[in-house]
Amino acid sequence: MLELTPNTLAERSALRINPCKTCQPVGALYAALGVHRCLPHSHGSQGCVSYHRTFLTRHFKEPAIASTSSFTEGACVFGGGSNLRTAVKNIFDVYQPDIIAVHTTCLSETIGDDLNAYIMELTIPDDKYVVHTNTPSYVGSHVNGFGNMMAGFIRYLADARAAKNNRVAIFPGFVNPGDIREIKRLAGLMSLDCIMFPDQSDVMDRPMTGDYEMFPPGGTTIAEIQMLGGVLQTLALGEFACAEPALVLKSKCQVESDLMPLPMGIAATDRLLMAMSALSGQAVPRELEDERGRLLDLMLDANPYYHDRKTAIYGDPDTVIGLTALALELGLRPRYIVTGTPGELFTTRVKTLLATYGREDCRVKAGADLFELHQWIKNEPVDLLIGTSYGKQIAKAEDIPLVRAGFPILDRYGHSYNPLVGYQGGLRLAEMIASALMDHYDRTCADEDFDVVM
Amino acid sequence: MIAPILEERKPSIRFQPGQSGTIKCESASISGAVSQRACVYCGARVVLNPITDAFHLVHGPIGCASYTWDIRGSLTSSSELFRNSFSTDLQERDVVFGGAEKLAAALDEIAAVYAPPLIFVYSTCIVGVIGDDVEAVCRAAEKKHGRRVIPVKSPGFAGHKSMGYRLACEALMTLLEPSHDQPAAGGINILGDYNLAGEMWIIRNYFKEIGLPVVSTFTGDASYETLLRAPSARLNVVQCAGSMMYLAGRMEEEFHQPWVKASFFGLDDTASALKKVADLVGDAGHRRRAEALINRETERVSRVIEPYRPRLAGKKAAIFVGGGFKAISLVRQFNELGIETVLVGTQTGRPEEYEVLSRLVQPGTVILDDANPAELETFMREQGADILVGGVKERPLAYKMGIAFCDHNHERKMPLAGFAGVENFTREINLSINSPVWQYARA
Repeated sequence: MLELTPNTLAERSALRINPCKTCQPVGALYAALGVHRCLPHSHGSQGCVSYHRTFLTRHFKEPAIASTSSFTEGACVFGGGSNLRTAVKNIFDVYQPDIIAVHTTCLSETIGDDLNAYIMELTIPDDKYVVHTNTPSYVGSHVNGFGNMMAGFIRYLADARAAKNNRVAIFPGFVNPGDIREIKRLAGLMSLDCIMFPDQSDVMDRPMTGDYEMFPPGGTTIAEIQMLGGVLQTLALGEFACAEPALVLKSKCQVESDLMPLPMGIAATDRLLMAMSALSGQAVPRELEDERGRLLDLMLDANPYYHDRKTAIYGDPDTVIGLTALALELGLRPRYIVTGTPGELFTTRVKTLLATYGREDCRVKAGADLFELHQWIKNEPVDLLIGTSYGKQIAKAEDIPLVRAGFPILDRYGHSYNPLVGYQGGLRLAEMIASALMDHYDRTCADEDFDVVM
Repeated sequence: MIAPILEERKPSIRFQPGQSGTIKCESASISGAVSQRACVYCGARVVLNPITDAFHLVHGPIGCASYTWDIRGSLTSSSELFRNSFSTDLQERDVVFGGAEKLAAALDEIAAVYAPPLIFVYSTCIVGVIGDDVEAVCRAAEKKHGRRVIPVKSPGFAGHKSMGYRLACEALMTLLEPSHDQPAAGGINILGDYNLAGEMWIIRNYFKEIGLPVVSTFTGDASYETLLRAPSARLNVVQCAGSMMYLAGRMEEEFHQPWVKASFFGLDDTASALKKVADLVGDAGHRRRAEALINRETERVSRVIEPYRPRLAGKKAAIFVGGGFKAISLVRQFNELGIETVLVGTQTGRPEEYEVLSRLVQPGTVILDDANPAELETFMREQGADILVGGVKERPLAYKMGIAFCDHNHERKMPLAGFAGVENFTREINLSINSPVWQYARA
């Protein structure tokens, strides 16, 4: 596989090979699925939403529902206003969601559709809502689309005059339902009354009941999004996905936010719990201290297997930063850290992290692609890959163990149910990483080195 | 939730027993629909993507390239090049100032590192809108690098998936035209098989056994070299009619090659396809060998599937697939297994295919074009379907409803074509319908 990837690096300014990102709309769609009784709506050609739904279904193994304006050539000439009007009417008539979350596409952005104006002119049934965000596919990545959709909900719905409440907003970032459940559990143990926004748990991890629900029971409610205007504070996890919505909430409703990395690994989870503790005034309970202790215990036990193993980590910026932090804590040696999402903030953040551990000998790149990563690896191999399913071709070509983490994972089951965040997520990752390295050792070592006890 | 059906959708659905008239199809999806259908670009891409040694360069923002990266499921016996994703990853400045320059640079970068015989350049939605002259860039690159650089003008909004099939066929004709004059060879071309899970290899081996060489394949496991030989074949055998009838017609015009539709799904369809082709281009010996193969395989497969029959008889099937021709084969295949089809629909079926379907199914069977999940749910529930045959988006819908599922699309891992395909299909249907999980799920 991929033996075509040449070792020699050639400067590329125009050609993208094997991307490590996708476009904004799919992120917006996923964010909108985390709102209760919301139908995400793609304002563009019908192919976009078909691809996005397929992509999400392949990752979550769940139905991913969204509608489309179904642009034709006429819409491109005269604008998509009438398509949107027809769509909104049809959607409320037939699917009966409480809210429609419109995101744009490269097409509707390029022809200059003014969604603000279109939505103002709509006839929207009582107690129903239509919100929108702009997600030009030629800017940023799906991670930005996710943050932009959150910001769109806040712009339309968060109520600046909402009565002050004692709740805390948690923006969990671009993570799996399993992560959201874990963050909720942590908040519960810290006696924090939180509004999780968005919340894809019980939407994208529905139990099998024999009934298909187009609008599952999960998701942040419209009332909760309105109440975001009156919360004590926002805990925004993941700078790249959540900085924009946190900023919009602050400027609209003067809600302060604590922007921090995804709680992956020891230090980042400590950081979240300290913030939760400061807000609730409750000390970290024994239960969580024990979880932390068990994670430390495993890290020590398996330490010889992690130590100095050269590692490449790739994927979305927030996830990669979280995984890098954990990798450093485990004693792995990050060698290549890349994301496809553009933005130099990523390299700054990662380099700071690396410097903390004296591990500066590492190539870090934003706006990279997996072809380039593969070329680096061909020139200087690594012992371990951590990232999405798209690295499996490199893993196979170079015989490197791969630990799947991030978005998307298209070739394994069950991953979205379980967390990467918190001490529990750390425990899971630490086990996955050790097992991957040890399985590889067992498979490749000489017979005399092959041992039952490791 | 049982959703009401949109007024505008009613002409595309037939759900009253004995209701007559034609099914409205081949039309644009309704705005606001949760359509299961894809776009023009997708149609073009699925047809051309299996060409193994071609560069498939997607000119547009990153999404269209990343969603089509190595998802086709078509196997290769040689180059793996097509399994990579190549794109111009257009950025805001390109949208403002035009992307033609970047496209030209990308083509230069491809030529600098590789020596590809063939590059397809797919233009996506915004490329026409921002006014890139993709054809001119491709012409210039073709001259500069001495390689075929063929534009595929496939903006998503210019119709639906079927239009993409047609544009892909046009691109193939552009490729074939210079090879116009070739001495006639003895064999056949197979059109519209994409070698999913190795299906083309199965069909090719049948023809080999019969003594009819397969000259060229469109486009499963095809390469630049094999495609160029296509005009020398004596007959085009069209398997996926939806995607390739147009190409067959064009090849008949240009190269005077006759064509025939043939389905390799199911025992009866496979047998009649082999006999039909043997009669059209072979002699008595070919016919005899075809019959020997059919008898041997039918007998073998019947023996294999016999034990499954009692476990499957009386079950009810729902079908929602891309094209009408495949749907017809599936109804027949279910009939062979004693399974009644209670719902059948397609994304891009044609009027004449819906006519055949109407005659093939029992009165009371729901027939629908371009269905959405709510409609599928409603009618599967009403009709009491035990299994759904569909693609990736339909799978979790079926499972959530407690209905078994068989992937008959890109994600199938077992070949479902030919006689071996009947075995696999029967096994897959059985393993899903009779999974031990159901006894807990339907408590």
